[in-house]
Amino acid sequence: MNYQGTEDYVASEELKQVVNVALSIKRPLLLKGEPGTGKTLLAQSIANAIHRPLLRWNIKSTTKAQEGLYLYDTVARLNDSRFGDGNVRDIKRYIKLGKVGEAFVSEKPVVLLIDEIDKADLEFPNDLLAELDEMQFYITETGEDIVAKERPLVVITSNSEKELPDAFLRRCVFHYIEFPDIDLMGRIVKVHFPDLESNLKKAAIKRFYEIRSWKHLRKPPSTSELIDWLSSLIAMGCNLKDLEDDIPHLGCLIKKEEDLRAPAKILKI
Amino acid sequence: MLLPFFYTLRALKVPVGTSEWLALMQGLCHNLADSSLDHFYYLARAILVKSEALFDAYDQAFLICFKKREGEFNIKKEIEEWLARQVDPALRPKIPEIDPLTLEELQRQFHERLKEQMEEHHGGNRWIGTGGTSPFGHSGAHPSGIRIGGPGGGRMAVKVAEERRFYNYRHDRVLDTRQFKVALKRLRKLDHEGMPLELNLDKTIKQTCKNAGDIDLVFDPPQKNQTELILLMDVGGTMDPYAELVESLFSAAHASSHFKDFRHYYFHNCVYSKVYSDMYRREAVLTAELFRKFRNSYRVILVGDACMHPYELFFPGGAIDYWETEPHSGLEWLQMIRTHFSSIAWLNPEPERFWDHPTISAIKKIVSMYPLTVEGLANAVDHLRRA
Repeated sequence: MNYQGTEDYVASEELKQVVNVALSIKRPLLLKGEPGTGKTLLAQSIANAIHRPLLRWNIKSTTKAQEGLYLYDTVARLNDSRFGDGNVRDIKRYIKLGKVGEAFVSEKPVVLLIDEIDKADLEFPNDLLAELDEMQFYITETGEDIVAKERPLVVITSNSEKELPDAFLRRCVFHYIEFPDIDLMGRIVKVHFPDLESNLKKAAIKRFYEIRSWKHLRKPPSTSELIDWLSSLIAMGCNLKDLEDDIPHLGCLIKKEEDLRAPAKILKI
Repeated sequence: MLLPFFYTLRALKVPVGTSEWLALMQGLCHNLADSSLDHFYYLARAILVKSEALFDAYDQAFLICFKKREGEFNIKKEIEEWLARQVDPALRPKIPEIDPLTLEELQRQFHERLKEQMEEHHGGNRWIGTGGTSPFGHSGAHPSGIRIGGPGGGRMAVKVAEERRFYNYRHDRVLDTRQFKVALKRLRKLDHEGMPLELNLDKTIKQTCKNAGDIDLVFDPPQKNQTELILLMDVGGTMDPYAELVESLFSAAHASSHFKDFRHYYFHNCVYSKVYSDMYRREAVLTAELFRKFRNSYRVILVGDACMHPYELFFPGGAIDYWETEPHSGLEWLQMIRTHFSSIAWLNPEPERFWDHPTISAIKKIVSMYPLTVEGLANAVDHLRRA
């Protein structure tokens, strides 16, 4: 198994290597990086490249670790016992596996994406430690052990809104996705817009890095914003000339009101 | 052979433990490094280092342990020193209209110059140095050339390490608004404290069902935002160089939605009988008024360089603004603030090594002081939570 990037995802050399490290020493891969540098897309790309299904668990601020393992639907059981049919003595029927559980029982090895783990409660990663380490858990209600048939590749993304616990970090392979340099960005754009005229592309990317270099930006635009911006430029049929004297559709790149005031000064609009 | 690397990392405060080290060995057994130093650089980093803030320390350790082993040509030390000079971008010359050199020609000339050059050169079109239109050095202009000093160059592991690209991600450096926000967010931990007073319906239903229908009430502590924060900022004078930094701290605090109440005031040098609600210090608010208005549960962060003439801190009427006639000295006012708001911290943008100034030392004795960096702010927040 060797990950080399996919057609729709341009990975830097170091990134490819890190993915292969995680694959062969069988540890979770923790990805950090500025928002919009393609952390989530990478998981999809890995899954495609090594032909495994992707299971995606999106973490919210209220998500509990238990939900990823299994849920015991007590309310359904209560409802069934009063009004429903079926055998309420069979607790198994009311156990629903979460994404981690699904990944464990899957016959084929999968890629399990735990997206934006830092959104959840501080204790969340710790609650998953043993399960991800041993790749098994115990369902108290039924006395059943769920053991991973095939060890899934776990990919975890974080926007570093919260610090992750040390014990958790110790078990991961870590990679920080840096913001791409101009060359890599050129290749990334090419993947998304293969037909884009090269002069226009160059000018747009140059403009984009110019904007990123402005100081005082509260939120500098990221790759995904560049892609949006380019599609809007193409959709509106902008040409090279427009890009030279102005920044059309600035709203695609800059999302904060304070930041919009800065370009007005720089461009003397 | 690798163990010294392990201990160098630890010496540079990268928290690597035995388990990570064993994982690295496992990786090496799988031949993941492919017997190449470049691959080893990324392999070891992915396994041993768990935060981009520590990448820079990792680069340093890597350089210490492996630099000697790379057979690259060594640029003379003194040439490096000549090139340490910073050049104002405005002074950078225009690219002259001459033909670019081929790579071979460039390398040949470079080695020639390395042999011949005996002294410092800046500007000009031949020697290694800053500025000018020579192809060698930095901040100059030539259609082709070899940059020496600063980032750039190939992607060989030692080169990558040498670039120290991750210097800016270090937590003991000052960064942007977002990182301040993350640090301030730690104050939010407070929210879940208190007595279990609110009925949690979901948990109650669940518990009741588990309990075979016998009602079992579950209570949770209220989840309200309890954090109240007052930010007092020093403006003007010696604080001018730090204006941008203080600005980003302010906007981080201001944009954070997790405070029950957030107030900010300005002062100059030290807090005296008045603070100001605007940066230009026109609208004054009596400091005593703050004590009346805000309960002692408010947390206070003071930001300032704490550097002033000792007179301004230790003597009544020391306020630099001449119309201030004060019965109390700045130090006394700080003590009063400290007495009223028990949880209080001072953030100083001045680097810690300059903190042996008499007024800084005096203030430090009253208010716990932290450097205004991401790490410092995090420590200050932890201090506020404890107090």
